[in-house]
Amino acid sequence: MSAPALNVTDLRVAYGPLQAVRGVSLTAAAGEVIGIVGESGCGKSTLAASLIALTAPGARLSGRVEIAGRDILSLPEAARRPLRGPGVAMVFQDPMTAFNPVLTIGQQLCDFQHHLTLPRAERQARAVAMLARVGLPDPGLAMARYVHELSGGMRQRAAIAAALLMRPHVLIADEPTTALDVTMEAQIIHLLRALKDDHQGAIVIVTHHLGVVGELCDRVYVMYAGEVVEEGTVDEIYHNPRHPYTAALIACDPAHIAGQVARLPTIPGRVPDLTRPPAGCAFAPRCGQATDLCRTTPPPRVRLSATQTALCHAVQP
Amino acid sequence: MSALYQVADLGVDLPLPGGLLSALVPGRAARLNILSDISLTLQPGQTFGLVGESGSGKTTLARAMLGLVRPSAGTLRFRGQALGAGVGLADLRRGVAMMFQDPVASLSPRMRVGDLVTEPFVIHRIPMPDRRARAAELLVRVGLSPELAARYPHELSGGQARRVCVARALALNPALVIADEPTAGLDVSVQGEVLNLLADLKRDAGVSFLIITHNLAMIRHTADQIAILYLGRLVEAGPTAAVFAAPAHPYTASLIASEPNPDPRKRRADLAIKGEIPSLLRRPGGCVFHTRCPKALPVCQSLAPELRELTPGRMVRCHLGPDT
Repeated sequence: MSAPALNVTDLRVAYGPLQAVRGVSLTAAAGEVIGIVGESGCGKSTLAASLIALTAPGARLSGRVEIAGRDILSLPEAARRPLRGPGVAMVFQDPMTAFNPVLTIGQQLCDFQHHLTLPRAERQARAVAMLARVGLPDPGLAMARYVHELSGGMRQRAAIAAALLMRPHVLIADEPTTALDVTMEAQIIHLLRALKDDHQGAIVIVTHHLGVVGELCDRVYVMYAGEVVEEGTVDEIYHNPRHPYTAALIACDPAHIAGQVARLPTIPGRVPDLTRPPAGCAFAPRCGQATDLCRTTPPPRVRLSATQTALCHAVQP
Repeated sequence: MSALYQVADLGVDLPLPGGLLSALVPGRAARLNILSDISLTLQPGQTFGLVGESGSGKTTLARAMLGLVRPSAGTLRFRGQALGAGVGLADLRRGVAMMFQDPVASLSPRMRVGDLVTEPFVIHRIPMPDRRARAAELLVRVGLSPELAARYPHELSGGQARRVCVARALALNPALVIADEPTAGLDVSVQGEVLNLLADLKRDAGVSFLIITHNLAMIRHTADQIAILYLGRLVEAGPTAAVFAAPAHPYTASLIASEPNPDPRKRRADLAIKGEIPSLLRRPGGCVFHTRCPKALPVCQSLAPELRELTPGRMVRCHLGPDT
């Protein structure tokens, strides 16, 4: 059996005293869409940046991030660079800043293929074909445009095209629909779903939006305070959440609540200070079921099914 | 019961940002129609939701209601008094407060929270004997610790900054607060806190709210009445529950169907709506929505539908009848 497209083992990332990612392990097979869900400050963007070894300067990383069996973190920078693109590619939240504003979309899509020894005409043809594939109307014309001339939805499509041109083993999309209107969001979800079928690699969707996860992902990792607190198939996570944080997060989503309610549910309290992570369970101060054990002892990772685990003292297999 | 704020047949045209030539030739500046035929009635003690995609004119409507842009047609009445004739801008802005979309950008980075929440008193020259006590009172009212008064905006979390904006809007006890995307960028757990705070203020202090948003899941729980805008036209309006239960306009129906569903067992196979909202420079003739409408008829391309009343309080602008 070949190595999974993405395999992360005990990844830790710290910025000075702040422990942003605290021992995350996850895996994604080729052809699979995994979701990384959590609220601001849970470490999901730091995790996404580590997957492509593009964390902010000064970040201290440990653990392994294997892209098709090669640990990108153990490589020197010169050896990481050729992995970015064909190994792992990223679609950012704001496609406006992801492109260079003074070059046309076409010039950039051709330049991105620098590692392929193809004649310029062929690169151009690949770029046009990919723009057509992601649903840009009139892709030939779009090649000559600058990024500010495209609408938000079209920019995001162009960014997805740029990432897919590399045929990456792993495609990471960090909040790919957050900047878009609901009708554009639905179209990008639809596009990613269609691409999943002909894209050979794994897709990692990083988002705070449970609707995006429900519509798109096969499996989900729920993050809280730098840790994966629960993982499972999207059905297990939505219909049978076992970690109290996962359950609370789903309960808060207005889209989950049928009918009209006078008061929306909330999660009282605040995320812990990750410069001094708590001794026990990080969610204990906000958890309705927390006991003294939760406050003093780190919780075990309990396996609940072949696909579901939860980091909690209270769950039983 | 008299209406709190009434918008009748409002139209707004804004000058097009012209080139050098149009700047040199006075009186020739082209104007672009943003809004037309907008009529809404806000009742006291209610939350009104204004829904639409980017470019639908939601924010321009709010700005017109505050007297920040000059209407080209129609009338605005606050508490029965016509804007311009009966009620001046200073009175209007004392009675109607605005919460801007980006809380951090709308708070001066060089002022402390205590000064920010009491600034409306200074602007309107209202005597305030003890500024510190007034700031503490306002912060407590929105569920913040009075100690935050000494902080600067960059030291606040997203939810705290949002509450400071609420406190600032409430400072002069307005009858109406216009909130532009009050929960954009907030986590779901914090979003509920901010919306519950608005609901409490409505219940306890009788403040009315106009919430501008494109978040349908949120507005469904928050608003008593909603209006849906598309390309500067009001396409549907009515009681929130009734509109969600049976949307009368194909655009409303597509918007509701586009909302991603967190339940993986209810995935949508098809797309509810294709294409994107056209540019205001290329406003389609006839019904503005016909280019994306799944149910468009030939008549929709040539004739703009009138706003008609389905049942009392329920308006729709569409040629299609209930059975088509």
